[in-house]
Amino acid sequence: MPGLGTSFGRGGATQTPRDMAESDCIVIMGSNFAENHPVGFRWVLRARDKGARVIHIDPRFTRTSAMATDYVPMRSGTDIVFLGALIHYVLTNEKYFKEYVVNYTNAPFIVKDTFKDTEDLEGLFSGFDANKKSYDQSLWDFEREEVKLPDAEPKTLSDKIAYATKKGRPKTDPTLQHPRSVFQILKRHFSRYTPEMVEEVCGTPKDKFLMVADALAKNSGRERTSSFAYAMGWTQHTVGVQMIRTAGILQSLLGNMGRPGGGIMALRGHANVQGATDLPTLWDTLPGYLQMPIILRKHDTLTDYLKTESKPTGWWVNTPKYMISLLKAWYGDAATDKNDFGYDYLPKRIKNHSHYNMFKDMYEGKVKGFFCMGQNPAAGGQNATFHRKAMAKLDWMVVRDPFQTETATFWKEAPEVVSGEVKPEDIKTEIFFFPSAVFAETDGSFTNTNRMLQWKEKAADPPGECRSDTHFTYELGVLLKKLYKDSTLDRDWPIKNLTWEHYAPNPNDGWKVHEPNSHAILKEINGYTVKDKKNLASFLELKDDGSTAAGAWIYTGVMPDEHTNKAAARKGDDYLSLGWGFCWPANRHIMYNRASADLQGRPWSERKKLVWWDETQKKWVGKDVPDFAAAKAPTAKAKDEGIGLDFHSGSDPFIMHPDGRVQIFGALADGPLPTHYEPVDTPIKNMLYKQQHNPAAIYFNIDKNKIHGIGNDKYPYVMTTYRLTEHHLSGPMTRWLPWLAELQPELFLEISPELAGELKIKTGDWVTVETERGKAEARALVTRRLQPLKHGGKIIHEVGMPIHWGYAGIAKGSSINELTLMVGDPNVTIHESKAFTVNVRKGRIRQEV
Amino acid sequence: MAERVGMLIDTSTCIGCKACGVACKEWNELPMAPEDKVEFKGLSYDNQGHLSDTNWRHVKFIEQFNEDRSDSRWLFLSDSCKHCQQAGCMEVCPTNAIIRTEFDTVFIDHDTCIGCRYCVTGCPFGVIQVSDIKGTAQKCTLCYDRLQVGEQPACAQACPTDCIEFGEVDSLMKLAEGREKLLKSQGYDNVRIYGKSDILGGLNVFYLLLDKPDVYGLPENPQLPQKNMMKSYTFSIAGMVATGVLALLAFRSRRMSHKADADQDQDKAV
Amino acid sequence: MAISRREFLKRTGVAAAGLTVASIGGLDVKPVQARVNSIKLNAKKGKQYPSVCPYCAIGCGMIITSDEQTGKVINIEGNPDSPVNLGSLCPKGAAAFQLVENPHRQTKVMYRAPGAKEWQAKPLDWAMEQVAKRVKETRDKYFVETYEGKKVNMNPAIASLGGATMENEWNYIWLKLMRNLGVVNLENQARI
Repeated sequence: MPGLGTSFGRGGATQTPRDMAESDCIVIMGSNFAENHPVGFRWVLRARDKGARVIHIDPRFTRTSAMATDYVPMRSGTDIVFLGALIHYVLTNEKYFKEYVVNYTNAPFIVKDTFKDTEDLEGLFSGFDANKKSYDQSLWDFEREEVKLPDAEPKTLSDKIAYATKKGRPKTDPTLQHPRSVFQILKRHFSRYTPEMVEEVCGTPKDKFLMVADALAKNSGRERTSSFAYAMGWTQHTVGVQMIRTAGILQSLLGNMGRPGGGIMALRGHANVQGATDLPTLWDTLPGYLQMPIILRKHDTLTDYLKTESKPTGWWVNTPKYMISLLKAWYGDAATDKNDFGYDYLPKRIKNHSHYNMFKDMYEGKVKGFFCMGQNPAAGGQNATFHRKAMAKLDWMVVRDPFQTETATFWKEAPEVVSGEVKPEDIKTEIFFFPSAVFAETDGSFTNTNRMLQWKEKAADPPGECRSDTHFTYELGVLLKKLYKDSTLDRDWPIKNLTWEHYAPNPNDGWKVHEPNSHAILKEINGYTVKDKKNLASFLELKDDGSTAAGAWIYTGVMPDEHTNKAAARKGDDYLSLGWGFCWPANRHIMYNRASADLQGRPWSERKKLVWWDETQKKWVGKDVPDFAAAKAPTAKAKDEGIGLDFHSGSDPFIMHPDGRVQIFGALADGPLPTHYEPVDTPIKNMLYKQQHNPAAIYFNIDKNKIHGIGNDKYPYVMTTYRLTEHHLSGPMTRWLPWLAELQPELFLEISPELAGELKIKTGDWVTVETERGKAEARALVTRRLQPLKHGGKIIHEVGMPIHWGYAGIAKGSSINELTLMVGDPNVTIHESKAFTVNVRKGRIRQEV
Repeated sequence: MAERVGMLIDTSTCIGCKACGVACKEWNELPMAPEDKVEFKGLSYDNQGHLSDTNWRHVKFIEQFNEDRSDSRWLFLSDSCKHCQQAGCMEVCPTNAIIRTEFDTVFIDHDTCIGCRYCVTGCPFGVIQVSDIKGTAQKCTLCYDRLQVGEQPACAQACPTDCIEFGEVDSLMKLAEGREKLLKSQGYDNVRIYGKSDILGGLNVFYLLLDKPDVYGLPENPQLPQKNMMKSYTFSIAGMVATGVLALLAFRSRRMSHKADADQDQDKAV
Repeated sequence: MAISRREFLKRTGVAAAGLTVASIGGLDVKPVQARVNSIKLNAKKGKQYPSVCPYCAIGCGMIITSDEQTGKVINIEGNPDSPVNLGSLCPKGAAAFQLVENPHRQTKVMYRAPGAKEWQAKPLDWAMEQVAKRVKETRDKYFVETYEGKKVNMNPAIASLGGATMENEWNYIWLKLMRNLGVVNLENQARI
């Protein structure tokens, strides 16, 4: 999410799959679109039928490649070199959309002279602290004009916070010539990312690279647009966030953002991974992308928190309204301005508590009780053996799933238990397995890959003692409130005051199993006025004085009145379908769509019109809901003294950002510009810099989690992991389904005939794949869809394995996560399962003993 | 007037996802193949192998890559009963269990089928298999029951890229000809329609192929069962009508009871 | 052009009366109207509910049909009205029926005592109460009010994982409950 967020302002996919049918060129990279999102892919094919180029760049020739007009091979983990070289091509051949770049991006901004680039420091930016493995990002700030404030006194809390934190406007050079302008820095930064370098590092033939560059350049500009689609092939790297950033920069230079058929389509892999990030069951955020308080930042009091997290200019000036409305939603009347609306009772994070640290804490005995609901770490967690070892240290654990997953049964069915290495008696974890209802047995909403909430209805009662997760949660809350009812301890205040009763099920709902009131939950998420409980129709109505409540400001408007649930709106049409479901924010389907019009508010071209300024109505109109202040004229001047959106002009389309523009230069934990680093397990050295790996990557020094490093002879082959159409994730929703089990019954290893020949492996043979972390066995599938690539003089073989198997279910097999490494990208702590090294040998695991 | 409906299988948009096959199984309540047959087959991404009593639809995967990968393609074809105008299966069926419906599709009536397997050999495409469990010949019905209530076949409904297009054969043919032209203009020189009237009088379920039929394992020039073979079939029908039908029916019911246990297991598996 | 679902519905109302008389290759095939009409049809009728596919995040619309007598799901297919998928599904979505009606589904609460070799079936209410008790015990025992001089009100000893396959409404009330128990170890598949 920060990959897109840092560039454009929000982490969500900027367009919709349907909109891709309007593209003139589609680059699919880091995604196996056809296999993993087959239904979304129909729109890609529609574009192809209309003559669009469809380019698939991937280490493997997949079902997506088969449907593309062009397939381009590459080595896993080298995407930044490829994309960086495209940026280099666009800049040196002047193929960028100049008017767009000068006015809608921060390319003309001037960076302080304390900034030093990776070109100056052999792969590091200035400000790196080798001990902390982190950067001092203040060195990368812009040169700024002096701070100006409005004459009027601040009226609201939000205003006060903004006045106190206001910064001066960045200095700019609209000619883009200043040597410290972002534009010139970018040019230098990618100056060695040449087609020849692509050939060396990615293994992609130069002519194929140039074909992609040419296709993108030809299909961008006023008349034409190109879009990118990515998925886990970009995210699952120690430089994953920066891969997405590179595409964001490229698409901004080409002027493809916010326009029909343009943008970056993030293809999410779970039905509600977008929703579970918006309403985050995640360690680091609160609903609507508010930061979860942490002691490492100035978050001591509500005011501290708001001063730190609120942005004086741009949309986030509204942070106090969203935070206080959230606290009101949670604590009701108990939240007052006297007690900072209960802010102190929110837990403060003390460090990075993300997935791997959570399991490390579990392994070290710090985590005692564990809820695992709809996730399967025993097979799906990187270094799965470690995950199981950690769970074996727990006091108690609750598992909820429709089937008895590997996580539910690890204490009796895991490979180390079956082999006798570990005895069930020695696993002291007390386990409660609750059978869960499935999607058809409960109502509620999912938020899809293009941020669209869609409501589903309950269609049947769950069988036996199966209950929905919502049911379980509601009941657990009721029981806990009962247990804490008589407590007088201050720390129990949040449980006692938590608003909960209004979720109670309706006993006359016509079902045998009564679900909690999902409409009441959605209403709370949507928001309402505290006084008369009236639904709010827009986040513009949210207040920072405690008079409104809303669980997630970005969802406000989904239930604009008591009787309207827009998630259940079902009036589609042939394009954006504004009457079907509800796209956050405010039902905008193509984000940043102000950028589809020129400075004067006219569409860049008739062919690519989307949203434009209507001078007679004095407002923005068009095919989509404008992602802009509705009545702010394109000619409106920016106010240097202004706060919030007043600081932006009528032609600053990226309203979330402080300066209203794409952040081509934008700070992240590993730098303000993307830089190629090799994966932590890699066959070759970094050919671009002395710095080999992401300097800020997060390592886990734990049992059997060894890194192979560079060119490790024991593990000579590159491995990439992936999904198949026929299965889902680690398999809990597919490997128990006979119709799917028979389509892909067994784990296999895809291997080129060249490597298979060397290893004397034939299709159907058993092979064992090994890393320092563990072993997996699979059947060989020898195929020319994989190909050895040349890197300088060296041939590198890449193999691939799907991720779906485990030791439970109808279709059983090794989990590839026995092989993978726990390592983290510094921005989001995601692992690197898309590129690591392995050894492959003929035969099964057991044959060695 | 009878309506001749069928399907166009446009291989240029088939992504090999197999949704058609699963949707078919869902609607027609077909079980997973017997467990001993469920295994990694190493046939590219195909682990079903062929059409069968439990797979009325089957997606073929054809990998064609030269050594340096300069000429590479992965073709997919969703295969099923073609509902031929001249249907070999129907002609050889001794009990008239195979009938032509009001939609001009070819339908096996399971109340009349005796499981004699003549149709299995009568089909030039290898579509039909007799179910050991049900004791009758099995193949695609073009979702006859869905057609009756105005729904398109389950596979066509499910197909995410509309590569399976359902409709009146005449209009589908026009659609196919349009696609053929478009694809030719996009450089697919070998694109062709398979299943016009030159193939068994026309296939109601016909194909837009990107290359010659044999690339997809389809017969270039499929034939009806030989005339002399037909005579012997006819003869045997007469014979059966005279003496054997009851015996054959008894044979079928015996076999069904024999398979009752397996049947139950199968139910569980679904 | 191909016939849309609704168009076809209109047309077959009449078409069903027409029948083919085929005479091919020397074999007379008799008019089969009577036969056809006697064949038991399988069109799955029941109450229809709009739904959304639970697999990837494209968000395909589904129609779930449940038998009005038994209340059981009898059919799941794509919703032709949805602009997302126009009635289509992928193989996983098409198999979603087996996610609901599947003999491998667990329908009983199972309990594994510490060190035990087997599961025991337990009543749902008992298990809910036990879990609530465990939560309270663990929370109360390991709760941290201040850390390095700062008020933190957090509980490092309880962790939660999962959520990307569940509804928004669940994610919201779960995070609300967890945060207010002081849980900082809260994660889902977004990082996987």
